[in-house]
Amino acid sequence: MLAYIVRRTAYGFVVVLGVLLLLFALFFLYAEPVEMARRAVGEKAPPEVLEQWVVNHGYAKPTWWNAEAPGDTMIADHFRSMLTFDFGRSDSDDSPILGRIRAGMGPSLSLTLPLFAFGLVFGVGLSLFVAYFRETYIDRMGVVLCVLGMSLSVLLYIIGGQFLIGKLLRWFPISGFDPSPGVMMRFLALPVLVGLAEGLGGSIRFYRTVFIEETGRDYVRTARAKGCGDGRIMARHVLHNAMIPILTRVVVSIPFLFQGSLLLESFFGIPGLGSMMVDAINGNDFATLRAMVFIGALLFIGAQILTDIAYTLVDPRVRLS
Amino acid sequence: MNEALLEAHIVSNLIVAALLVGAALAFTAARRSVLWSRAGRELLRRRPIALVTILVFVMVALLDSVAWVGGGGTEDAIALEQSRPRSLIDRMFAPDFKEKSYSAPLADAEFYGGSKLEHPGTHLLGTDILGRDVLHLTLKGARVALLIGGLTSLIVIPLALLMGISAGYFGGRIDDIVFFVVSTLASIPSLLLLIALIMALGRGPVQVCIAMGVTGWVGFCRIVRGETFKLRELDYVQAARALGVSEIGIILRHILPNLMHLVVITFVLLFSGLVLSEAILSYLGIGIDGSWGQMIDQARDELARDPIIWWNLFAASTALFVLILSVNFVGDAVRDILDPKTLGGE
Repeated sequence: MLAYIVRRTAYGFVVVLGVLLLLFALFFLYAEPVEMARRAVGEKAPPEVLEQWVVNHGYAKPTWWNAEAPGDTMIADHFRSMLTFDFGRSDSDDSPILGRIRAGMGPSLSLTLPLFAFGLVFGVGLSLFVAYFRETYIDRMGVVLCVLGMSLSVLLYIIGGQFLIGKLLRWFPISGFDPSPGVMMRFLALPVLVGLAEGLGGSIRFYRTVFIEETGRDYVRTARAKGCGDGRIMARHVLHNAMIPILTRVVVSIPFLFQGSLLLESFFGIPGLGSMMVDAINGNDFATLRAMVFIGALLFIGAQILTDIAYTLVDPRVRLS
Repeated sequence: MNEALLEAHIVSNLIVAALLVGAALAFTAARRSVLWSRAGRELLRRRPIALVTILVFVMVALLDSVAWVGGGGTEDAIALEQSRPRSLIDRMFAPDFKEKSYSAPLADAEFYGGSKLEHPGTHLLGTDILGRDVLHLTLKGARVALLIGGLTSLIVIPLALLMGISAGYFGGRIDDIVFFVVSTLASIPSLLLLIALIMALGRGPVQVCIAMGVTGWVGFCRIVRGETFKLRELDYVQAARALGVSEIGIILRHILPNLMHLVVITFVLLFSGLVLSEAILSYLGIGIDGSWGQMIDQARDELARDPIIWWNLFAASTALFVLILSVNFVGDAVRDILDPKTLGGE
């Protein structure tokens, strides 16, 4: 078991290095530093200012190898800064990136945590309900509704939600954010609602397939033969045995909690990491983008390792192979 | 500038010709195979409306891809328009079919100010902020949507087949390398990877499709790898090897045809996801010009106006919704018919 964890973690680290190499290729080899400087300082900036910017942001160093000072190259800087979480300063407004990430994490989590919890409860609950009525009109209706819901663009959910609930019904404010808990809840209600509605179709369909597959198995027939009620079968036997796919989906979605939701945050004016990404895209802020992609990948790799380890805990069969 | 435009529309015409020939060839090939013609009939029986809807979208997109310069109208005012290539869809609308600003569907006067329109009562879906006919823009969006799905699949499917088959068939070192590349790409959350790629490659339709292709081939590659792994152990492949058939021969004749159903399923299921992600990219300002996503993005402030302007949003989102819905319905049916087991779950 311990050997497996060590091996799995080591491979995860190799993948992290691969991600760093990819980011280096994209943001250092492909992008032109002078072009980036021009975007950051302005079109009409004098050449000295542009050059100063390029030097200050570390884009003027040799790419691979520096004969005079080994280690003082772009690739070394890139790997060093990423692996030590010393992300440096933003390309567009010179603010420290790590500080902004720290500040953005709270608002992001306050949106994504309720979204995640409600999404899981409603997704599993409703799909159990639909799977319980499998092969009936309720089930068929449910599936059609899911496909309908999945065919709508996220943009439409957000625009529609803001218009219906925020503007016509005036239940909640259309957008904004406030750190004090009471006010924050009013601001977060609408984005959470919209995010729930958007994700529900896909997750119900996913969990329904899982549950339906489980209900066809022998142990369900056995349970029924010994006189177990349908509701009890669904809630105890099927739900327990469906834990692996559910767990996979849950663990893999954890990194997205920290990363925040790009669209929801920027539409609803929540100052989290998602908004920060959108600003970075609009401001051509490559340094921030690089840091965000790296953190996202790091969390994702960590979550995958955790899933694999959790598998072995939940399912004794996996441990053998 | 003019020359570039000229080339673009000639290339587009050639692509349409190639697509039609390809479709005809695929159709005759499918007719000859029992499996495929049966699957086709079954699909037509199960999802007739969705199939016809998709066909209509494809027709509109193809009509919008056939373009040439000149012809249509003789007024001097439209000489500028005439110097540009116009597609068959463009030619269904008069060259000067424009207003100054917003007008409601079938309105006689401008929405703001109320001055008389140039073409009163003829804009079926109204006009947008620049006075362009919304129906015209919506029809043109079909081409962009199919371009996103088509071009990206053209990157995803060959790449995934090449990497997946070589990893699954040859195993060993090749498999290790492919597996590493796949897990590296898969470990970056896909929207982030997509954004990073587009930011680095630059903005534009081809760049967006390449970025989506690089992000999208990973999942399919895994499926191909697993399936090839299974296929190469089968008796008839072993027999072919014992008879001395070359590796390439085995792959082309025995492995590839047995993966074709997965290709079809993946293509259909991939398509709707791609078009929906382009809408997100449009909101982020890195989408493709003229897409429905861009129309929706431009329309989001219009709902905040008073009185609201709804026709822009309505037209683009209805078109997007109907296309994606049809593709999703067909996709489910295709998966059930061709392969109820392998892809399972989602």
